[in-house]
Amino acid sequence: MSLLRGGLRPPSEPPPGMAPAKPALERSGPHLREENTLLSAPVESRSFPERAAGATRDRFLQQALTIATTRFVASRDEVFAAFPQGDALRDRARQIKEAVLQRLDHYLEELTANVERAGGHVHFATTAEEARAIILDLARRNQVKLIVKGKSMAAEEIHLNEALEHAGMAVAETDLGEYIIQLAHERPSHIIAPAIHKTKAQIADLFARELRREVAADPEVITGLARGTLREKFLQADMGITGANFAVADTGTIVLVTNEGNGRMVTSLPRVHVALMGVEKVIPSMTDLVIFLQILAKSATGQKLSSYTTLVRGPRRPTELEGPQELHLVLMDNGRVRQLAGTLREALYCLRCGACLNVCPVYRQIGGHAYGDTYPGPIGILMTAMLRGTPAVKDLAHASSLCGACAEVCPVRIDIPRMLIELREHLDREKIAPWPERLLFKACGWLLGRPALYRLAAPLARLGQAPFVRDGRIRSLPSFFGRWTRTRDLPAVAARTFGERWAALERGA
Amino acid sequence: MVTCLGDMFYPEVGVAIVRLLRRLGVAVDFPAGQTCCGLPLFNSGYHREAREVARRTVPLFRESEHVVVPSGSCAWMVKQEYPGLLADDAGAHREAQSLAARTWELSQLLVRKLGVTRLPSRVKGRVTYHDSCHLLRGLGEAESPRTVLRNLEGVELVELPGADQCCGFGGSFAVRLPEVSTSILDKKLASVESTGAECLVACDAGCLMQMGGGLARRGSRVKALHLAQLLEDGA
Repeated sequence: MSLLRGGLRPPSEPPPGMAPAKPALERSGPHLREENTLLSAPVESRSFPERAAGATRDRFLQQALTIATTRFVASRDEVFAAFPQGDALRDRARQIKEAVLQRLDHYLEELTANVERAGGHVHFATTAEEARAIILDLARRNQVKLIVKGKSMAAEEIHLNEALEHAGMAVAETDLGEYIIQLAHERPSHIIAPAIHKTKAQIADLFARELRREVAADPEVITGLARGTLREKFLQADMGITGANFAVADTGTIVLVTNEGNGRMVTSLPRVHVALMGVEKVIPSMTDLVIFLQILAKSATGQKLSSYTTLVRGPRRPTELEGPQELHLVLMDNGRVRQLAGTLREALYCLRCGACLNVCPVYRQIGGHAYGDTYPGPIGILMTAMLRGTPAVKDLAHASSLCGACAEVCPVRIDIPRMLIELREHLDREKIAPWPERLLFKACGWLLGRPALYRLAAPLARLGQAPFVRDGRIRSLPSFFGRWTRTRDLPAVAARTFGERWAALERGA
Repeated sequence: MVTCLGDMFYPEVGVAIVRLLRRLGVAVDFPAGQTCCGLPLFNSGYHREAREVARRTVPLFRESEHVVVPSGSCAWMVKQEYPGLLADDAGAHREAQSLAARTWELSQLLVRKLGVTRLPSRVKGRVTYHDSCHLLRGLGEAESPRTVLRNLEGVELVELPGADQCCGFGGSFAVRLPEVSTSILDKKLASVESTGAECLVACDAGCLMQMGGGLARRGSRVKALHLAQLLEDGA
């Protein structure tokens, strides 16, 4: 039985002429994983549960997360409450995403033809390594020294900055949040708010250290300083690199949704513009774009629309005064195409709005870094499984209380809790889950099928708990059970269970 | 249906429900052979084991006109997951669908099926209500428990800020990531205490174990109670 809506469908073939199509599927597997693991070798050796526990003790992190996520959630709820057509548009957006996946090859082919018709170039990258190689090659051919970047999770996914810097090029992040974490030598901890884990005071300290001067913990002062530095970079840069929120197949338009206007500068000032996107970001038409734009910013920040929506169609035309001389679109598979026929298919609907992070009780306690990979939060667990394989989410798959808040706010209604349960099922089936856990659950399953034995559980538990019970409560238990009792009392097993009282109740007592 | 946590830790809730329903003129039975609904197995990914629990449990209630469950999460399991788990076996699937249609969480049975909203209260004062995730988002039920509470004489229902946010229980989640679970709980309990309520009401044994355990550890004067415990003294 397939628990996922939609079930299995045959994988669609990438369009001819554009892809190393077949190798795409053949080369996935060990090769891909090995290469990715090498690159993302964790900086720290702590396990996920240790990182998560550590994060709950970080006061600054707790303060920053509570303030930011509370504000995001309140704004989102407010803007949707005043937008009655929102629910229908979300349904429509979901349908469009599914329709695109069913004919992904067709839409990618159409997109490619139309980008090329407008004078741009399209590249297809099967793996992260190929995507990096394509972009590095473009940079070298254009003798690029300085690159300005718009915010891009796809670029984070392939660790692009490290690769470019390793090749001797300077990279300047131009989104304020990305700029902050670049200064701090960190990685984004939220899909749309990369520096969400930092407080104002921490950011002011960071700028002060960098600029060797006093900096007030005032967002306007900080933004002004960043803007001053970045203006110069925009003018000097030889190449601009962005992601893409959408790419419209029937016009060949790359769409960027931003709030700071940096996206516009990155795509128009440097000589060369390179946009990198996952293959699933293609949408059929401008009519569809309008649907997505109506729900994306609302879900992400609670704005009706973002401050800037940048539409890029081709490089500078002969009659135009500005725009890049060259435009390149890099379409990246990196584990996505395989999921067209996989259990994570629905995760390919994701618009990267971050709404599921903001409402997730786990994300709200531990922030993005504890997840340990590019994409944090509930959707991030699914993305990590997609990019690195199920064994990589052995612990992460359990980083959810399955409260369902993520599915409720997802603009395209991805059933994340169900997919997490599905991942857990996979962990058992493939014997990836630790054997003591598997043994315990299987023993429980066995016991629950035997009511006569189950009835012995309560008397046995009463015997076992006797030394620990005070006033009907247990305050401390050894070993594994201490995981509960360290912070919470446990009710004692009742003197008589409901089952044991039923005979008397039945007689009318 | 009285499921594992309710059976072992909160038998008084089951007893209160039996007495309440009898007073409302409902004949109550407790079919033998019940254990657990299988939700902990299902949510942790042990679907083969959960399927066997479902296969065993469904026929136990063949004779029951309606089935009342004290926990929203168990009701969700029976209503939303049993039919899917048994989809491979046409007969069992049909029977599971029938059980799903006859199964009610307590507040839903009272308000939506029996049409009872005015009930005598065993407590007085200020109470607040926590929405259990599976009842709220799983079964889409926010109103029935509030309807009952609002109509209790001598009881003032104060809305809990962030009532719809998880308490951090999540079954095995609570012991897999105990620090995260506790951090979520701490925020929930701070919110509970901000209401000035003397009593925190929920309709799920799991949430009550988590929030009740946290309140007791803090030495709080707030009591965590199941809705049924306000309606009838089950001692």
